[in-house]
Amino acid sequence: MTSVQLEVLLQTLISGLLLGGLYALIGIGMTLIMGVMKIINLAHGELMMVGMYVAYVLFSSFHIDPYLSILIAAPVLFVLGVLIQKYLINPVLKVEAIIPENQVILTVGIGMVLANIATIIFSSDYKTTPVDYATKAWYLSDYWKASPIELSLSMPWSVSFCVALIITASLWFFLTRTDMGRSIRATSQDKEAALLMGVNVERMRVFTFGLGSALVGSAGCLFIPIYYLYPDLGGQFTLIAFVITILGGLGSTVGAIVGGLILGVFESLTATYAGMGWAPVGRFMIFVAVLIFVPGGIMSLFKKKRSGK
Amino acid sequence: MKKALPLIISGLLAMLPLIGLSSYWMHILILVIMWSVIGMAWNLLGGYCGQVSFGHAAFFGVGAYTAGILYNKLGISAWWGLPVSIFIVTVFALIIGYICLRLKGPFFALGTLAMGVILRVMAENLTTITEGDLGIMIRERTWIEKTWYFYIILILGVLSFFLVKKVIESKLGYYFVAIREDQDAAESLGINTTLYKTMALCLSAVITGLAGAFYTNYMGYIDPKIVFALHDISIVTIMVVMVGGVATFWGPFVGSIIMVFLAELIRTIPKLGAAHHTFFGILLIVIIIFLPNGVVGDWPKLKKAFRGRRAG
Repeated sequence: MTSVQLEVLLQTLISGLLLGGLYALIGIGMTLIMGVMKIINLAHGELMMVGMYVAYVLFSSFHIDPYLSILIAAPVLFVLGVLIQKYLINPVLKVEAIIPENQVILTVGIGMVLANIATIIFSSDYKTTPVDYATKAWYLSDYWKASPIELSLSMPWSVSFCVALIITASLWFFLTRTDMGRSIRATSQDKEAALLMGVNVERMRVFTFGLGSALVGSAGCLFIPIYYLYPDLGGQFTLIAFVITILGGLGSTVGAIVGGLILGVFESLTATYAGMGWAPVGRFMIFVAVLIFVPGGIMSLFKKKRSGK
Repeated sequence: MKKALPLIISGLLAMLPLIGLSSYWMHILILVIMWSVIGMAWNLLGGYCGQVSFGHAAFFGVGAYTAGILYNKLGISAWWGLPVSIFIVTVFALIIGYICLRLKGPFFALGTLAMGVILRVMAENLTTITEGDLGIMIRERTWIEKTWYFYIILILGVLSFFLVKKVIESKLGYYFVAIREDQDAAESLGINTTLYKTMALCLSAVITGLAGAFYTNYMGYIDPKIVFALHDISIVTIMVVMVGGVATFWGPFVGSIIMVFLAELIRTIPKLGAAHHTFFGILLIVIIIFLPNGVVGDWPKLKKAFRGRRAG
């Protein structure tokens, strides 16, 4: 392997990991909702799109940095999620229908409306937030003069990755150390038992949907300095989130993080070695391979070892 | 009367071109029948067998591309796509079924959705076979008049109506419904659920693929974004069935009348055209909350509501 090839490979791995960190944040939101509500939220990517537009509006009219706009976008998305859950999804859970997948179809409808409203308000042009640090990067040769290979680390990518890590860590703290977090986990493990233990399941559901939306909204804010924005981008990210949750095992938070990292690295490898257009196929190849060979997700492999099966 | 209804309606539909409708109205009629064919196919799998597919665009697109590639690469008439697509789509359905049918409920739905996207990206990238984003254009139209297209899709529609009816009223149909109601119970009663689910998927896929092959011939132009579209094919297919009535024989037909006319109506109102997804989305939400079994399925409920209003 020549030094150029090595350079390309390492660079690909680095950008893959950075991308994976952001994917993990999207996946966690989906996994939380899936675990607690037992439904798939197909409007997940659209909620992220809404978060991105919130950041975009804040940047273009008030010059608020996209990273700071998380503080505004996350609460906005939280409220939106709570409203959706309370007034649209909860009533449907009570309706008797032949097809049990009604709720999934409902979230598709919600996603369609959100994307279309964004198109009407912002038109379908591609938008960016031209922050001044967008092209800044750290180079390996600046720190190590004699380095045989040259690697770079883009600044907005790394910042986004670090913020994603902080959010993930605080979420983990919230879920394992606080009372509310424990109630959420109890609800996702066994709804009836949690109800008997005095957990307000209905409230937990509403709260979780809000939390999942807030997470994906902040992921949107982290994406916007490095990505462009258009109203139909949601569908693509919904699928990414779904692939991550399948990859990591359904309803598993740690699995979502691992799945997100794997997906990011794999996607960046296919983009480098097979061409940009094939990156989505790489994503789904993983998905199909997981379904056939490890139907329980990556985390099931570890569990088997631990229990000695 | 009830038994003869399908014959009466197909007879009436067959007479329609004789009264000299304009080309625009013929186009609307063709679309209505094409969508009801796809809806009936989806209904067989989703409504009766309970396997909700979000990726019927995959089969539609494979059918359409079979016809397109036959014309483009082999230089034979795209109409050969109709018989050939039966074979090709079955192969695709078997592969997709092998992967997706191990998933249950909503996960099956998402698995098929992913399959639709995979096929779209493949069609975009395999430029040597599919011409990629350029799409395939059928340069010689078979007929200028729409009458013959209408009769072909009408025959396809009538055939699929009777096929679905025959299947559902046979033993196979009872197996399907048993799987929908409780898969584990069906399995424990000795029904080979994987086999019957695969059969439902293949039948449904073949009918959808035929509609796709017809689409290539009728429209004369296909590209990956049109025939593998998620919202404009897969989701509209679901909406046609949901609006009309899940697991009813007439649901897809009624649903496609409503959906096609609604789409045309929204398009004619200036400034609202861009918002047609909002209308569809809101319609979907309203239908799911208030009429979960569709117009046909909840007809007694609707009738009651109207009567109640008139009385009060």
